[in-house]
Parts: sequence; structure tokens; C-alpha cells
Amino acid sequence: MSTMRSLTFDAIIIGGGGAGMRAALELAKSGKKTAVLSKVFPTRSHTVSAQGGITCAIASADPNDDWRWHMYDTVKGGDYITDQDAAEYMCSEGPKAVFELEHMGLPFSRFENGRIYQRPFGGQSKNFGEGGQAARTCAAADRTGHALLHTLYQNNLKNNTTFLNEWFAVDLVKNADGDVVGCIAMCIETGEVVHVKSKATVLATGGAGRIYASTTNALINTGDGIGMALRAGFPMQDMEMWQFHPTGIYGAGVLVTEGCRGEGGYLVNKDGERFMERYAPNAKDLAGRDVVARSMVMEILEGRGCGENGDHVYLKLDHLGEEVLNKRLPGISELSKIFAHADPTKAPIPVVPTCHYMMGGIPTNVHGQAIMQDADGNDQIVGGLFACGEAACVSVHGANRLGGNSLLDLVVFGRAAGMFIESALNEGIEYLDASESDIESAMKRINRWNESSGGESVADLKVELQSIMQNAFGVFRQEDNMQEGVKKLAELRGRIAEAHLVDKSGAFNTARIEALELDNLMEVAEATAIAALERKESRGAHSRYDYPDRDDVNWLKHSMYFPLEKKVGKRDVNFKPKTLDTFEPKIRTY
Amino acid sequence: MSMLQVSIYRYNPETDSAPYMQEYRVDTQGRDLMVLNILEMLKAEDTTLAYRRSCREGVCGSDGMNMNGKNGLACITSLSDVVKNNKLVLRPLPGLPVVRDLAVDMGLFYKQYERIQPYLQNDEPAPAIERLQSPEERDKLDGLYECILCACCSTSCPSFWWNPDKFVGPAGLLQSYRFLADSRDTATQARLTDLQDPFSVFRCRGIMNCVAVCPKGLNPTRAIGKIRDMLLANAT
Repeated sequence: MSTMRSLTFDAIIIGGGGAGMRAALELAKSGKKTAVLSKVFPTRSHTVSAQGGITCAIASADPNDDWRWHMYDTVKGGDYITDQDAAEYMCSEGPKAVFELEHMGLPFSRFENGRIYQRPFGGQSKNFGEGGQAARTCAAADRTGHALLHTLYQNNLKNNTTFLNEWFAVDLVKNADGDVVGCIAMCIETGEVVHVKSKATVLATGGAGRIYASTTNALINTGDGIGMALRAGFPMQDMEMWQFHPTGIYGAGVLVTEGCRGEGGYLVNKDGERFMERYAPNAKDLAGRDVVARSMVMEILEGRGCGENGDHVYLKLDHLGEEVLNKRLPGISELSKIFAHADPTKAPIPVVPTCHYMMGGIPTNVHGQAIMQDADGNDQIVGGLFACGEAACVSVHGANRLGGNSLLDLVVFGRAAGMFIESALNEGIEYLDASESDIESAMKRINRWNESSGGESVADLKVELQSIMQNAFGVFRQEDNMQEGVKKLAELRGRIAEAHLVDKSGAFNTARIEALELDNLMEVAEATAIAALERKESRGAHSRYDYPDRDDVNWLKHSMYFPLEKKVGKRDVNFKPKTLDTFEPKIRTY
Repeated sequence: MSMLQVSIYRYNPETDSAPYMQEYRVDTQGRDLMVLNILEMLKAEDTTLAYRRSCREGVCGSDGMNMNGKNGLACITSLSDVVKNNKLVLRPLPGLPVVRDLAVDMGLFYKQYERIQPYLQNDEPAPAIERLQSPEERDKLDGLYECILCACCSTSCPSFWWNPDKFVGPAGLLQSYRFLADSRDTATQARLTDLQDPFSVFRCRGIMNCVAVCPKGLNPTRAIGKIRDMLLANAT
């Protein structure tokens, strides 16, 4: 152990996507000794795949737009377990964060008057749902995530941020008091394992869509931060809430943006019927994503799906004309040709609901501080640990995220975490150093893999995990099926603990990375499964055949999954915004 | 049943004194898969095979490699695009040091990117809202900002092979022009001054390999031409 090198920072940010790089930028400007540790070169992070835009009331498309309307939509979209203080913070701070991005150089598309182009997205309204469809999603064509991620990387270069690129964080290091005081990390190029000491550790590791067999997510989305936090014993919030995006390309899983429907595209069944008119008479194809995804599955189950097997529907865009497609949706035209062999100017795109986004995650306050519960169920701050972006559950998305709110979440709460950490560092942070045995315990699992001499293959076990999740925890769920899923996962966990890392080499050993990622997928899958089984109602993205209704008496709550006991508790939703009245839960229709 | 013959460049610095080509056979079951799918199938069997990948949809730029002699992204290159005579030869991007197998050390490539100061510079105080930009001004950034830094272009460029330390290369110059063309950037003069030596820009010989391989359909040669024009106008 004594031969292990250590690196020391004021703050270490794990993850180089939008949230991590926005937090890093804030800290780099402050002059604190900060590093971003990312398992891929930052512009390879999954933020790059975001297409349609960043939703924010910058009052460009509509000069009278109001962040309170955006907040109302967000709370309603989340089926009322959105924390209202957090939604208030995000929607009101949003314009500042978006203008900052523009000042940094983000190449937004423009209106004739030179202001940022905004398009309609699902679940958007004016005047608290009373004023019709809003157009609130700021876009750079349909490559907004790419433009945003590159802009943030560029500005981090400008501000001399330290990057540990192609480094993999293995586990958190906790001291005797239970504070997080750094992590164990591995340089992928050499295989060297180091102890990273830090007063603030930020998990900005993104989502974990790869727990499902069919997902829009990048291959790297393996929930590494969630896995680390769970192994360290910290609770997860609302892990049953997974968004299935209505328009994943059938077969490939690749995303085509909701912006397609925002620009006027719509879904049709095998009879050519625009079926969303039946399910959501007002918003139609721009209802909440959970509503649209369920409607699509209903169409398929009732025999009105398209194709030979009737197992998908079509997204029709040809009526928009070449000019709109080339100008506003060039990226999806490209993706559709490559992955669906369909030119959207001529033919519809075959689509199917596909796992897209994790609403749950590490519970945090608006400053990004991770939260756990004491014995009486009261919130307690975890010393030294922060989270932002998809890995965090702050919770602005509640039970269903609105399109375009993810990019806003990244920049608003990445920025907020950065600002908070800067001031906390200025005030002084002192934690006990980690002891040898604290470090030992964070080294346990990498040692386990390195010492493995037999057992099953990582690739096979991963396929099994993904198929369990796909079959038992998809768009519609029910008790017996989920019970079975939980049982299978418990058995799978035992087998993963015995699995074999054949290649023990050091240099750029991606087999070791995939083994470590499998452990993280396992943690996320189990938390998801157990929380889904426990929430006995239907709310937002969590739809149960056996409990088809929302149950506000028992479940107007966050779920809290405690990994050591593998038990699910509850946590109060925040209904106290600071500057306006509470949005009371109503029946949610579009 | 026809088995696809795949030949892959292998090199592990810890165990191999020299690189070699390893032969594999893959049963595609007649499907027109992407090259990345083939790599994933092989990796499941031979876990020692190393390459980079992330988004698997052609937007992150991780899996640039040389496929049957041409640079491209493995995830959006289908077998029907590239396979000839049932044979697929995969090599790392040419001209950069190999870390392991198909993963190259991108350090020099990134250094040239950083060199052109790839960020907006504007010395005027920012307004309370966004800086305004007309749609026509914004249109000038199309074909430039979409670069994904996959390095397919620079590593197919003979001028970059000869002078990777002095010639910025097509990817870096495309980004340089992205900021020169941005109506919001005020550092034009400093940017041009930094590029006026005989190597940075003028080593481009118009070979256009960059244009032929860019997986995003971008045209670095045209951007380099525009920079040349600006440099020449600036000198007179």
C-alpha cells in the first residue's frame, strides 16, 4: 500500500460531461486546485449526444415568457414529486446559466432578430398550463449537446483546468467519521492505481442506461458514480424512475430528438393514424414523454404496431419539407439514414420507446451536497461528497423529466456545486485523513478482480443483467414479474462476485474497465429493481399494471434505497418554493 | 454460411516487442453490421483486444480507426461500406504512436487543437442577455462547429504526418476558422498573427484526404483556403 502514489486536490470532479465541466469551470476560475477525472476524453462524454436543446425561459421566442411557467411545467411533468425548491432554483437561475454559455461561444441557432432560437418541446405550456403550447427549448440545430459540451471543454482549456483524461474512478475513500475524502483511481493508459485525496469529491458521472438491453445511452453510461456511492453505503433516491424516450430508432436504440415532434413531426400507427390525438387531445405528440411512451406501447400491444412483427410505430417527418429538416434537424436526418436506412424527407422513421434517462440518483440539495438520512429519517449532509447532473437527484425531474431540462440541470447545478464548493473551501474544510484500512477497503473490489483466477465472463453476465432489467422493469411493470427480476438479480450478484478477469495487463486494459463497470451496473440495477417493487402505485415513468393509479396518500414521496439493508424508505418531497406559492398536486393530463 | 475474415493490428507494449496482425473469423449471419459491432463481438471472446468507443452513433469521435485503408468511425461504418472480398483489415489511425492495439496516443492531435485557442474571445463586456447574431452570421459556423475531434482527417493528411508538431492540421485549422468566422469573436488579428509562419497553415498542399475521410461530411480544405485568404489579405 505504501508504494501507491497519491495526488492531492482541493476538489476532484469525477466525470467530464456537461455537469462536471460546468462545475470545474467555476472552480478553475476561483483558482482552487481542481481536477476533472474522466474515463473518456471529455468531449466523448454522453452529453455530446443530446440533440434537441436546453429548455429555459430566456423570453426569446415569446418576450412574455416566465420562468414560473417553466417551473409549473417541470413540477407537473415530474408528476409532483419534483422538489419545488430545486425546480424554482433551476428555472429562475436558468437564464443566467444559458446566457453564460452563449457568452462562452455556444453556437446557438438564431431567430431573425438575432436572439437564440427556441423550439416547442413536450410538456411545455404558457401561463401555468392555461395558455397553450410554449416554445422554450434553446437549440443549436439538433446538436445542442455537442455544441454545449465542446463549448464547456473549450472554456475549461481557456481557464487552465487540470484534466485527468482516461482515468477511471474505482471507489470512494471514506474516513473514520464517514466523510468522503477522495477516491481510488486508475490511469487507463498505464494501469497505475493512485489514491486521490480531496476535500470535495463531486460525482458527475452521468447515467446508467446500459442496465437495459435497449437504450439510447452511450456504451460508457454504466452508473459509475451511483455504484461507488452505493458501495460506500450511501442511499439512492427515486431509482425506480427511468425515462423511456418515445423515439429511439427501432433496432438500434439510437435517439431521435423530441425536437422532431416540436418542429411538427408526429407518430402514426400501422393504419397511418395519428394516435396521440386519442391519448392526449390537447398536447398530442408533445405530451410528457412517459405519456407518449405508454401510448406507443398500448398501440403495439393492441395490434396497431408497424412492421412485420408489429413491434414499433412510425415517426412521420416528410411533411416538414427538406428545408426544415436540413436546417433544424440535420443530425437526425443523418442518424436515420445510417441506422434506419430511412431518409426522413421521404419515409417515416421506425421508432420504439427506449431507455433514456435516470431521474433518480444521489439525493442532493441545490448546492450539490449529497444527502443521507439519520436514524429518525431526517436529512443529513454527507461530508465531502457532492453530485450533479444525471448522477444526482436534486430532484428537478421527479417521476418524469421534461425534454430539454437535462441540459439545463447540468449547467445550473454544475455551476451551483462549483460556487458552493468554492465558498466552502474559502471558509475552510477539515476532515480526518483516511487511514491505511480506509484505503484498503476502497481497494477491495479492484483487488478482487485482479486476483480472480476463474469464473464467468464479464460480457456474458452483462447481457444477462440487461435482459433481466429489460424484461421485468420496462415501460409497464407488475409485482410477480418484478419479484422474479429481483430474485434473478440477487443470484446474478453472487455470480458477478465470482467472475473472472482474464487479462491482468496494465496498459490500456479495457477488459478491466468493463469488469469494474459491471459491478456498477449491478449496483444500479439492484437499486432500481428493489425501489420499483416497493413503490406500489403508478406515477410518471413508473407504471404498474397492478397499481394503475397514483397514490398521493402513501406515495407523494421520494423513495430512498438503503444499500446495506437493501431496504426502501421514504423522504419528503419539498413543496416550499421560496418566492411563489406551492404547486399543489393535480390530476395530470395533457 | 460465409465467415467474415477480420485482420486486426495488435500491439501490447507490456508483452509485444513488435506489432503484428491477428486473424479472426466472424459469423455475421448475413447481417450488414457496423464495424464496431464486429469489434464488440470479438471483444466478448478475446477480452485483450483494446480500442476506444463511447456513443456508438458517430457523435463522440472515440472510435476513429483505419478500416481497409481508409480512416473513419467504426460505429457508423457498415460492413457493406467497407468490406471487400469478404475481408476487413483494421489498423489504428496512422501517424500517431500506438498505445495498445487500435488505441493511439492523441496527444499531438490535441496539442494542435489547443494551440489555435479554441474558444471564443471577446474583449467587450457581455450584455445581460445573449450577444445577438443574425441567422446569416450564424450560418457561417455551419460545417465548422460540428467537428467531433475524431482525428480521422489529421491522421490521413501527409502534411500532418511530416510535421505533426508544426502544421496545425485539418482538424485544428477547421476549428481555427470556426472562431475566425464567428461574428462574436474579436481576436481575429491575434489569431491570424499566430498562424502566419510557413508551417501552421501553409503546409497544407490541398491533397484533400481530410475531406474524403471526414465522417461528418465537413470540409477542412475549404476552411484552410479561407484562412489563407485572410492571411494574404492581412499581409498586404
